[in-house]
Amino acid sequence: MAFITASWNPLGDAFYRKTDLYEMSWSLRDGLRDSLVAAAPYGGPIALLREPQRRSPSSRPQLEIYSASGGTVASFPWKSGPVVQLGWTVSDELLCIQEDGTVLIYDLFGSFKRHFSMGQEVVQSQVMEAKVFHSPYGTGIAIVTSSSRFTLATNIDDLKLRRLPEVPGLQGKPSCWVVLTQDRQTKVLLSNGPELFILDNTSCTVVCPPGLSPQDGNIVHMSVSFSYKYLALLTDSGHLWTGLSTLQEKLSDVDTKKTMAPKQMLWCRRPKSQQPSVVLMWDRLLLVVGVCNETIQYPIEDPCVLVGEMDGVRIISSSNQELLQEVPLVCQDIFKIASMAPGALLLEAHREYEKSSQKADEYLREIKEQSMLGEAVRQCVEAAGHEYDTNTQKSLMRAASFGKCFLTDFSPDQFVTTCRELRVLNAVRDSSVGLPLTHTQFKQLTLQVLIDRLVYRQFYPLAIEVCRYLKIPDYQGVSRVLKHWASCKVQQKDLTDDAIARAVCMKVGDSPGVSYSDIAAKAYECGRAELAIKLLDFEARSGEQVPLLLKMKRSQLALSKAVESGDTDLVYTVVSYLKNEMNRGDFFMTLRNQPVALSLYRQFCKLQEQETLKDLYNQDDDHQELANYYVTASYREKRLEGRLSLLQSAVDEYNKAKNEFAVKTTEDEMRLLRFQRKLDDEKGAGLLGLSLQVTMETLLSLGLHKQAEQLYKDFRVPDKRYWWLKLKSLAEKEEWDELEKFSKSKKSPIGYLAFVEVCIKCNNKYEAKKYVSKVTPEQKVKAHLAVGDLEGAADAAIERRNEAEIGAVLSRCSASNSLVIERLNQARAAIAKK
Amino acid sequence: MAHSARRDSPELPDFSILKRLARDQLIYLLEQLPGKKDLFIEADLMSPLDRIANVSTLKQHEVDKLYKVEHKPVISTSDQLCFLIRPRIQTVKWICDVVNTDKVPGKSRRYKIIFTPQKFYACEAVLEEQGIFGDVSIDEWPFYLLPLDDDIISLELPEFFQDNFLAGDQRWVRTAGSALHLLYSLYGPFSKVYGIGRCSKMAYESWREQVEEGEQKARQAEIGNVFLIDRDVDFVTPLCSQIVYEGLVDDIFRIKCGCVEFGPDVTASDKSVKVMLNSHDKVFSEIRNEHFSHVFGFLSQKARNLQTAYDKRQGMDIKQMKTFVSEELKGLKQEHRLLSLHIGASESIMKKKTKQDFQELLKTEHLLLEGFEIRECISYIEEHINRQVSMIESLRLLCLLSITENGLLPKDYRSLKAQYLQSYGVDHLLTFSNLRQLGLLVEQQPGETLTVMESKVGKLVNDKTAGKLTDAFSSLAKKSNFRALSRKLNLVPKTDEEYDLRVPRDMAYIFSGAYIPLSCKLIEQVLERDGWTGLEEVTRLLNGHEFAVTGSSGVDSRGKNDTQRIILVMFLGGCTYSEISALRFLGREKGYKFIVVTTAITNSSRLLEALLDNHV
Repeated sequence: MAFITASWNPLGDAFYRKTDLYEMSWSLRDGLRDSLVAAAPYGGPIALLREPQRRSPSSRPQLEIYSASGGTVASFPWKSGPVVQLGWTVSDELLCIQEDGTVLIYDLFGSFKRHFSMGQEVVQSQVMEAKVFHSPYGTGIAIVTSSSRFTLATNIDDLKLRRLPEVPGLQGKPSCWVVLTQDRQTKVLLSNGPELFILDNTSCTVVCPPGLSPQDGNIVHMSVSFSYKYLALLTDSGHLWTGLSTLQEKLSDVDTKKTMAPKQMLWCRRPKSQQPSVVLMWDRLLLVVGVCNETIQYPIEDPCVLVGEMDGVRIISSSNQELLQEVPLVCQDIFKIASMAPGALLLEAHREYEKSSQKADEYLREIKEQSMLGEAVRQCVEAAGHEYDTNTQKSLMRAASFGKCFLTDFSPDQFVTTCRELRVLNAVRDSSVGLPLTHTQFKQLTLQVLIDRLVYRQFYPLAIEVCRYLKIPDYQGVSRVLKHWASCKVQQKDLTDDAIARAVCMKVGDSPGVSYSDIAAKAYECGRAELAIKLLDFEARSGEQVPLLLKMKRSQLALSKAVESGDTDLVYTVVSYLKNEMNRGDFFMTLRNQPVALSLYRQFCKLQEQETLKDLYNQDDDHQELANYYVTASYREKRLEGRLSLLQSAVDEYNKAKNEFAVKTTEDEMRLLRFQRKLDDEKGAGLLGLSLQVTMETLLSLGLHKQAEQLYKDFRVPDKRYWWLKLKSLAEKEEWDELEKFSKSKKSPIGYLAFVEVCIKCNNKYEAKKYVSKVTPEQKVKAHLAVGDLEGAADAAIERRNEAEIGAVLSRCSASNSLVIERLNQARAAIAKK
Repeated sequence: MAHSARRDSPELPDFSILKRLARDQLIYLLEQLPGKKDLFIEADLMSPLDRIANVSTLKQHEVDKLYKVEHKPVISTSDQLCFLIRPRIQTVKWICDVVNTDKVPGKSRRYKIIFTPQKFYACEAVLEEQGIFGDVSIDEWPFYLLPLDDDIISLELPEFFQDNFLAGDQRWVRTAGSALHLLYSLYGPFSKVYGIGRCSKMAYESWREQVEEGEQKARQAEIGNVFLIDRDVDFVTPLCSQIVYEGLVDDIFRIKCGCVEFGPDVTASDKSVKVMLNSHDKVFSEIRNEHFSHVFGFLSQKARNLQTAYDKRQGMDIKQMKTFVSEELKGLKQEHRLLSLHIGASESIMKKKTKQDFQELLKTEHLLLEGFEIRECISYIEEHINRQVSMIESLRLLCLLSITENGLLPKDYRSLKAQYLQSYGVDHLLTFSNLRQLGLLVEQQPGETLTVMESKVGKLVNDKTAGKLTDAFSSLAKKSNFRALSRKLNLVPKTDEEYDLRVPRDMAYIFSGAYIPLSCKLIEQVLERDGWTGLEEVTRLLNGHEFAVTGSSGVDSRGKNDTQRIILVMFLGGCTYSEISALRFLGREKGYKFIVVTTAITNSSRLLEALLDNHV
């Protein structure tokens, strides 16, 4: 194990190490010389623009995008203007800042997304230098123009350009500058000759870092740490000043004795850094300067690019990539030569154990005596996280697992989590993926973002594996990946609609949280309407399909889907949309094919738009309903003429509907109305609008027998009805003679029992009795009973030898009728005998 | 009680939560409009609202004056108006008028519309059309369910029936689904859901959708099985005269929202009295399910008991008297009051119903149900029409005739209709058109025409549309098939033996032993068979749309036996008190407890009044 420390270099009381990340898989003809290079932190992609200043239109520079491991992602000739600076946004979009202040945004795969300008005045004065920076607000851009003015945009997704105040005495570009984010404010720190300025929204202030005397020379380079907390300034005399970026405290002041300005200068720290340092790079030399005044020197063969990370610096050369970082304390503890830290002992113990040596026990006992076993396991697990080499990881984890066996009450959570996370990290670090994340970065980045990045880079299978492996709930995990995958899939122009739809359906299935309508919407955005419709078919919730279908102008389909969903509000939404979109004829035709929508719309029209209702029926040739509509309308019409004409329309429609019954009835109604009007005019009878029956009743009660008779004949009122009517009417008016005459006018169609009953109802027993004799034999008993003639009833019942009737009479008898009772009982007995 | 009740009936869940929930939601909404405000309440929401929150509760939340929505200009002086309404276009239009009238003199007020139980897009469209969408704030009060009694819950949506079955407007289906979902989330999970009817199926699906959207919590189920049934599955039952006490009271006095107003003829004074009819009324709860013929006997027995209780005070010493007054007297007085009311009501019913006419009416109904002496029945109905006994009654008999006979002969159909129109006015032409559409009053189709037409059309278009067409056709000529159903399910008990109404042996006692309500028989059969197997022929006759689904929680369906016997029956389109009585009887017989959820309590008059088309 001793060789782990072979790559370590001491710096003060800490160590620095360089870890090999990748052999770069790219093949760059001219290395990194003369190129604009931008590499994103957190193992982000690398963009490369060769000879950006070349202006001849004949040979355009090539813009290339690589993964962190050098795998080609995209490459295309640069056709726009000269580029000053490249940079990456936090969401892995490429920013290309042109001389004229235009910023072009490309996605990871080199497809153009959008562009914006850094201000009108820049067009004339040109961008001299530009910097891309990240803050809690997103990705920002700062530029300085040839007229020495700075312009800032703190968040390119919410573009607000701020032109900073003029810097007194500044001609051309400043000798060096950085963007600081402090106290939720973005400022520019710049140096011009010996002077140092802070430039914020409103003012430009001269500042003086504590402990940096003017004798140290002009500031030629400056660098701010990843967290914007620390600042490093390099003067032309080789003095390196480090301190807080608030310029209130100095950390150190080192004389590097290098008077040449370095190509790059970056902070190299890590969280809980013991010995932060600044890394300076010249053509042949990499110098790590610790705040403790010590330095480490690394020679460089190739031109390199440094990428600042939160826990180190990545060094990218044309052939390989390394990570320079301070060795984490826990790794120092374990691997430092002759370390007696519990983790180191545990690792040793495990190694002995594998060799089947009893020394294992000695080491273990030693740890246990100090009761440090838990600590030892924790150290091993933590150190494993920080190690890049898988074998080292394994031996550390095995040691931890070994140590765990001797612990009873130890939570396995950290061990398990680290195991899982390391597996994921190792997978994404693989050269084919090229995300060289350290564990610290991963924790900062969060798993969600990592998955997003995998998805964004279209490593769908890996992303799904990660989700499954880490058991992320489907909603946030697999489904999300599938959704992105499907959205990407529908954009594949070389596949047929069918193939894509099938593929999507097979993969996505019915995963929860994946909305087919979203995928379809994406397909439609890409101009594949047919595919969108195919995809919508998979959408289980019909309601979800409707908005997109409407957008696609598939209104018929939208309507039928809305109907299927059973949500009437949705149906109505579509209907009202169609109403505005289509001409009336088509609209009605569409509705006709959808009974549910039609009846919904009809309901609405009944209350809101009566006229439309008429048109609707007309269109459908629904004469029956149309006629009904006219009838309804006639009720609302006050004037008789209007009413009659509406009824006539109804008659016409009923005729067309071949509803003879309704025709006749409506015609009768019209006739009746006219008749009523006539009589109203003549006699003031107040008949208009009454039913036939009531009309006749009124006529009879008014004594207009002739007119009533006329109605009876004209309207072919059934005899029974008329007789009942007249009978009641006469009885009520107590016109008994008239009634008698009437009863004799012909044979009563309602029988004479009715006469008896009606008379009794009017309390005229005397009149009632007149009719008893006329009653048919079957009803005789009833009639006699009705007039209260028990004897007569008894006679009739006995005569008819009807047991039920005898019973009925008996039930009405009281004790005083003993004679009758006796007779009836006899009769009954006689019947029973037979 | 003479019933052989099973003693182990499970306990019903506590539905008062529903009231509390609704009240809290309403209060929250009222508080959304701080300050004094006048509240306009839709007329038919008055009574339901009264059950949820009384006036003082409303006043506590800064409601100043209460008005009934009367579609007239408002006279309120408040600068904040709140409208509590059903999502009806007419009411929304009225509100638009109110707002627009205020706009003319430049009066500025705040308006808030609370739709209950939900809003509809059409209502918002009207607001938008009238240009006041921005002037009003809109809220929804999800007051879906009003418990009328321990075992009756109503949606209080009488328009559900005509909107859904007559106009084919399915907007309330979702509401029904939501109501079911509310019950599910409070008292579920259900172990099995049965149903029959198109609307039931749609409501079920809407509910399932809501279940899938929402998150699921493991709960102790309080309701076992659910049965959904469309009103149009059984029109016969609600068209029959009710003879069970509660049904009779509803038929004659009209129970509104569980409350009845007895007029002076009942109270024997010059005042009307409003009485809540539910299981808290000790007298009523014992007679509500009884056949009217022995309600009187029961009441007089009760009166005697009461007298004895009163008589106890004879010969009491002072101390006993004191305890009597403080403990028993109040209860006795209360019982006394109720008893005298119910006796009054019974007398009033007797006056109206025990006359010869009513007996003959019942006889005709029974003949129709049995399918005997149809000619006599037709002449009876004719006479009924000619003598103008009652517009609704005549219509009811006509419909009953048509359904039981599978439509009228063309000759009868015409002549009866013509006579009806002569009696009650020609505007009923449209009523007939409605009745025909619902299949309540139709002409007998010459045998095969429909099926021939269907198969012809079926060949022309694909299956899906054919299905839709069939639906459309089926409404054209909905065959009731009552006779066949009656035979299959044995709905009409044999008449040769005397039916003892005091000791009912089946649900037929509801109709004097003449007919077992089809709806309740279906429920009984399905519960017995645990599904529709063996009822294929029946469902075919009922136009299908039956389903039986086992719920997701198959786990605790076994262990909790008590819950399994709590059955929720949901009537879409209303149910009658007779049906509820029948189900209570069935529950006692088989050890179930039924909870009836209905879109509204209905009876023959309400059912037919909804179909009259002269109320334009």
